[in-house]
Amino acid sequence: MALDSKIPQGPLADKWTKHKNTIDLVNPANKRLIDVIVVGTGLAGGSAAATLAELGYNVKAFCFQDSPRRAHSIAAQGGINAAKNYQGDGDSTYRLFYDTVKGGDYRSREANVYRLAEVSANIIDQCVAQGVPFAREYGGLLDNRSFGGVLVSRTFYAAGQTGQQLLLGAYSAMNRQIGRGKIKMYNRHEMLDVVKVDGKARGIITRNLITGEIERHSAHAVVLGTGGYGNVFFLSTNAMGSNVTAAWKAHKRGAYFANPCYTQIHPTCIPVSGDHQSKLTLMSESLRNDGRIWVPKHIKDVEAIRAKKLKPTQIAEEDRDYYLERRYPAFGNLVPRDVASRAAKERCDAGYGVNATGEAVYLDFASAIERYGKEQAYIKGLDGNDTALVKKLGQEVVKAKYGNLFQMYFKIVDEDPYETPMMIYPAVHYTMGGVWVDYNLMTTVPGLYCIGEANFSDHGANRLGASALMQGLADGYFVLPYTIGDYLSDDIRTGPISTDTKEFEEAEKSVKEKLDFFINNEGKHSVDYFHKRLGKIMWNKVGMSRNVKGLTEAIAEIKALREQFWKEVSVPGTNEELNEELAKAGRVADFLELGELFAKDALVREESCGGHFREDSVELDGEQKGEALRNDEDFAYVAAWEYKGEPSDAVLHKEELEFKDIELKQRSYK
Amino acid sequence: MNLTLKIWRQKNANDKGKMVDYKISDVSPDMSFLEMLDVLNEQLINSGDEPVAFDHDCREGICGMCSLYINGEAHGPDRGVTTCQLHMRMFKDGDTIYIEPFRAKAFPVIKDLVVDRSAFDRIQHAGGFISVNTSGNTIDANAIPVNKQDADTAFEAATCIGCGACVASCKNSSAMLFVGAKVSQFALLPQGQVEATDRVMNMVKQMDEEGFGNCTNTGACEVECPKGISLENIARMNSEYLKASFKG
Amino acid sequence: MSGILNSSIGRKFAMALSALFLMFFLLQHFAINILSVFSPDAFNEASHFMGTFWAVQFILQPILIIGIVFHFTMGIILELKNRRARQVKYAKNNGNANSTWMSRNMIWTGLLIEAFLIVHMSQLWWHEITVKYISPMKEDPTRYYHELVEHFESPVIVGIYIVAFVFLALHLLHGFNSAFQSIGANNKYTKALKGVSKVYSIGIPVGFIFIALYHHFAH
Repeated sequence: MALDSKIPQGPLADKWTKHKNTIDLVNPANKRLIDVIVVGTGLAGGSAAATLAELGYNVKAFCFQDSPRRAHSIAAQGGINAAKNYQGDGDSTYRLFYDTVKGGDYRSREANVYRLAEVSANIIDQCVAQGVPFAREYGGLLDNRSFGGVLVSRTFYAAGQTGQQLLLGAYSAMNRQIGRGKIKMYNRHEMLDVVKVDGKARGIITRNLITGEIERHSAHAVVLGTGGYGNVFFLSTNAMGSNVTAAWKAHKRGAYFANPCYTQIHPTCIPVSGDHQSKLTLMSESLRNDGRIWVPKHIKDVEAIRAKKLKPTQIAEEDRDYYLERRYPAFGNLVPRDVASRAAKERCDAGYGVNATGEAVYLDFASAIERYGKEQAYIKGLDGNDTALVKKLGQEVVKAKYGNLFQMYFKIVDEDPYETPMMIYPAVHYTMGGVWVDYNLMTTVPGLYCIGEANFSDHGANRLGASALMQGLADGYFVLPYTIGDYLSDDIRTGPISTDTKEFEEAEKSVKEKLDFFINNEGKHSVDYFHKRLGKIMWNKVGMSRNVKGLTEAIAEIKALREQFWKEVSVPGTNEELNEELAKAGRVADFLELGELFAKDALVREESCGGHFREDSVELDGEQKGEALRNDEDFAYVAAWEYKGEPSDAVLHKEELEFKDIELKQRSYK
Repeated sequence: MNLTLKIWRQKNANDKGKMVDYKISDVSPDMSFLEMLDVLNEQLINSGDEPVAFDHDCREGICGMCSLYINGEAHGPDRGVTTCQLHMRMFKDGDTIYIEPFRAKAFPVIKDLVVDRSAFDRIQHAGGFISVNTSGNTIDANAIPVNKQDADTAFEAATCIGCGACVASCKNSSAMLFVGAKVSQFALLPQGQVEATDRVMNMVKQMDEEGFGNCTNTGACEVECPKGISLENIARMNSEYLKASFKG
Repeated sequence: MSGILNSSIGRKFAMALSALFLMFFLLQHFAINILSVFSPDAFNEASHFMGTFWAVQFILQPILIIGIVFHFTMGIILELKNRRARQVKYAKNNGNANSTWMSRNMIWTGLLIEAFLIVHMSQLWWHEITVKYISPMKEDPTRYYHELVEHFESPVIVGIYIVAFVFLALHLLHGFNSAFQSIGANNKYTKALKGVSKVYSIGIPVGFIFIALYHHFAH
């Protein structure tokens, strides 16, 4: 099947308006006759469910958590971008569009990104109307912060809990519809398959996580807002339950999976402390505005630190290597996430990691504390040479800006970041890849839509800070509710979809068989045993830096691990009860397939772009020597994979990316 | 560290349930409390026993999914943290740790340490929202300036993660801190004024129907709340409710 | 407005209102009793006024009785209801970590105070009612002081009195602030109010105890 992205004709800036004006609509009376299933209740799924219900559709919403409010969008810290230009600093729809495409290393679809920038301003209006308490200035107007190295301040925020506040906004919109009976909410339900009837998505199979009951749910269209698949690495900043299962089942039913290798490794996370580690915690990117990143210059100091004979504060200024400032004098500590992560890995691989595992660098606030302290001393007319006073004043400023993050760090690491530098290390954070969708956000399965992080999205090969929240809400509030009408307008006479058909029966049967297999398998290893091993392979060979040898090995190792998993996995308990191990088993089974496709995608993409860094595609000389090298001639396409059984048999379809409004350039942060 | 754990085990909602003792060794002080339970579960699975069921998801203190009543306190002895952020360095070698589910009639136990907190959702369905449709044509976000102090106080109320520690800690199993926080958030913002009367009446009515106890102002909720939601929010809800009642 | 007493907050509000009224009464009661230490005449005069003025006798007195009975009954109803809100108790509960003993034991301090009130009423108030309305005698406007002194002659009564007021102090230490919180007053004055609360909650009971001891030992 050839990929049709269905991008409307006409000038970039008019595409969305024109498209909205010309697509088919469903009249209000008929919307009552149409059911829509929304899986996932994060920013994308939650906002979509609420909006579809407001429009009049009968919505059934599903989440595996005990309440829609717990979806992992809640953990987003920094903020949400919007081209409001409230600061009057020259921001515009075009500029947000341009920054997003450039930040994504020219691997996203122009038309989608432009639309995203266009609706971004509406999101802020909508959220404020819902009662989302964004940060405000003393004049009562909304405050903005700058983020991720762009040249304007366009990020709206609510302290370090922006994701939480936006999600609670979407959740409240859902609540209103649940109260009215327009959304039927299914908490603690996990989707385990998509059901297709006559080629169209017409329902899903779910498992009630409390009773174990397998249920059939039908609808005229199915929307997946099920998030990213970062947990394929076992350790990531994702929630423990975040999984690829819904997206992967859709893939197996015919939805192409795009760019699986595009993964964002976030540079500022709390390092792994030991084998017991279950997840990683992010420290907001905003910290890099004030923190300086360094490792010792001399190996002997590194050894002394690891042996606890030396404290980082005892290392003299001239014996420190501020490697980002050294390598990228123009952007310094504010280089994009992918660049900062790779630089940290480079230093640690060279043996300069500062914790016991050798995988940590320092993020130091001492100079920011001194700078702010002097500033405050001057403002207050106090003695700027009194070191103790300056330090105290500076710490107060830093506390006001990052207090909650510093406290979080202290609770986890048991070291006071006001006194000693933080230790950080990159960790898997976000997946730009996902289910392929066209301009209408429909997958290659008619009637099956995919929104938010779960789709291959608007972020290309790298996502800018504060753009994930923007995309999730744009998809759910302002894009999908329009575009889905175009498809559903054909369904006004269809009537309710029966679940008593052979398609539902077959899907249910295959789901049950798999669950029974897990319960009955006499294995010897827990699910986590396999998940951890998969994570190790992924991190070591398909992580921040990739090469042909490693990727080839990874493909073989994951395949072998998958085979072992199906022979040796052990799941306690029964099917008919709350059984977390059983739920995990199904998720890890899917990760074991996705992981292989992921590595295969990385192997095929013989260029470095955004989060995907290939050691064989770097600048060979000149000022940029050693930096990532993109290959626009051969790889300016979206890699959409079609399922054919084993991941190794997956067929690659290419959606060529056209850049009419933007000139492709090599990114430089020197 | 070596520890003795006394954990509530209950097969399902109908089972009577009981405390069961477990021994666990080689616990690292750097582990989070839930990672310690992960290790216990791995041990149980490997020896053919049923792992202990407990709720958790984000493991960074924001989703509100984790719970647990640890040594007589919701989210354990540390302050300003959820159980997933509680670290084992808070305990000593040889300690005995009681681990129980959050207890309230309105939070029935589903299995072991997992409870059903959907009562919170139903309270929100009753009025935890501002009725505004998604149109893309709402007024500009800066059209109504909001006093910074009100905005900040609304934000503080809105940081509630809905974990239920307030109910678990309250000797009366009262949900007033949770409901008060939500009522406050909207009461403090101009956008929330229009529906203020109905909102507080409906939410309190639903809260009462769910079987939560009444507030006697012990303040335990505020102390145990991982997000430090203030008792002021309960007072604000009380006055909002009384205003609404007298309005009719 | 209808059915406000059926809602949790409405009941809380009613508890607080009756408490505030009772605390006001207590203050007034104390103000008159303390006169007995300084001036028997003034004490007699005030007591006589309270005992004979129609508005006090036929409006405030019934309200007071209703207030006491309401506060007591509602307190018990709420306690029983609140207990039902948690059917399985914790195996281990560390209440001291997050709340005061007083706040958790209002029912017990309250019941003790109620027990004292019954004794107190049967001894003094019932006597008043009998003298005034059941078998009226000629009113002697100076009898109050003597009766008071007589009352505190017994060490048993003084002992009971002291215990009761200690419990009252404990009850008030939580109850005073709690009443304001319940009626929705938690604002910038709350901190100051907490100070007032401490002074009142300890000062008034100690004052009553002082009066009892003074009369016990002074005559």
